[in-house]
Amino acid sequence: MTRRRKVSLERLDVVGTLLAQHTDMLLVCGLGNPCWDVRSVTDRDDFFYMWGGMGGATMMGFGLARAQPNRHVMVLTGDGEMLMGMGSLATVAVTKPRNLAIVVLDNEHYGETGMQTTHTHHNTELAAISEGAGLKSSRTVYNRKELEAVVPRLFAGPTSTFTCIKVTTSSGRKTLPPRHGSFVKDRFRRSVLGDANL
Amino acid sequence: MFVRERVVQVPYVPDAGHTSLIAFCHEHESIEATRLTTEEEGVAQLCGAWLGGQRGALLLQSSGVGNCINMLAMVNECRFPMLMLVTMRGDWGEGNPWQVPMGRATAAVLKEMGVLVEKVDEPDRVVETVDASIALAFSSNRAVAVLIGQRIIGTKRWD
Repeated sequence: MTRRRKVSLERLDVVGTLLAQHTDMLLVCGLGNPCWDVRSVTDRDDFFYMWGGMGGATMMGFGLARAQPNRHVMVLTGDGEMLMGMGSLATVAVTKPRNLAIVVLDNEHYGETGMQTTHTHHNTELAAISEGAGLKSSRTVYNRKELEAVVPRLFAGPTSTFTCIKVTTSSGRKTLPPRHGSFVKDRFRRSVLGDANL
Repeated sequence: MFVRERVVQVPYVPDAGHTSLIAFCHEHESIEATRLTTEEEGVAQLCGAWLGGQRGALLLQSSGVGNCINMLAMVNECRFPMLMLVTMRGDWGEGNPWQVPMGRATAAVLKEMGVLVEKVDEPDRVVETVDASIALAFSSNRAVAVLIGQRIIGTKRWD
C-alpha cells in the first residue's frame, strides 16, 4: 500500500502556502516543528501553539471547530504527533464538521528528539488510516502541483478534510512562538471572543 | 444542570454509572455528546471548546483518569477550566482486582496534576457538588474532578 515517491516539498514553503491562502482561519498547531514553522512565517493572536499535550492537536481543533462553527479551523501538526492521536480521527469522523481541516506535515521523523524515524517512514500511511477511520476526504500530497490543487479546497467540501503533506527532512528556521500557555490561551480568546470573555 | 449552566460539549468514554446521563446528553438538543476512543481526547477537545467560548464536561471512569495525565499538563499550564465527572472503580467493594490499582491512585494522580478533587459518597450530595464544581471550573478557571464513589453507583457483581 505504501507508495514510495520522491519528496521535494520544503516544510517552510508548505506552511507559507497554507497561511497565505487561509488568512481568516483559526489555527491549532501541534508541538515541535510545525510551531516553529508557523512562527517563522508569521504570528497571529488566533493561532494556538502547543508546547505539550502530544497527541491532542486534532481533538483540540475538533472542540474549537464545534464551538466556532462559522470559522475555519485548521489543525497543523507533524507525523509523530498525529501517530500519537490516531484514535482522534475516528472520533472526528463521527460528526466530521465541515469547518475542520487536519493537515499533517509528514517528514517521517521525530524532529525534536534526534531525527529517529516514525512509523510513516516504514509501512504506515496516515491518509489511509484517516480514510479508514471514516474521513473520506483524505489524501496524501507529494509535490508542488498537488499542493496547489489541494490547499484552496481544504474547507471546500461537506466534511472535515485530512491532508498528509510529505516534506523533506530539512528543518525550517527555528523561530520560537510564545511559550507561556495561559498567555497564548488568553490572547486567543480575546482575539476570537472579545475582552468581555477574559 | 448542564443545560442551565450552558455546558455544551460532553465527550465521554462510557461507564455504566453514567448511562442515563450519556443518554440524556445525546437526546438533548443543546448538548453535543461525543464518544471518544480514549479519555485524553476529551481533555484536548474541551481545551479547544474553551478557546472557542464553549463550556463542556468530560464523563469518564476512574481507570480513564490514567489515560489523561499528560494532557492535564496542558490544562495546568494554560489554566484551562476543566470539569471531569469520574465514576469510581476499584473503590468500595470492587470485585475486579484489575480495577483496584488505578482506582486507589485516581485522586492522588489528579491532585498531582493540579486538578481539584471532590469525592462524593452520599447520593444527596452529588447535585450540589457538581453545581459547585461548575462554578469553580468556569468562573475560577480551574480543573475540577468530581469522583462519584461506588457507594453511590454500586458495585458490579462477578460471582
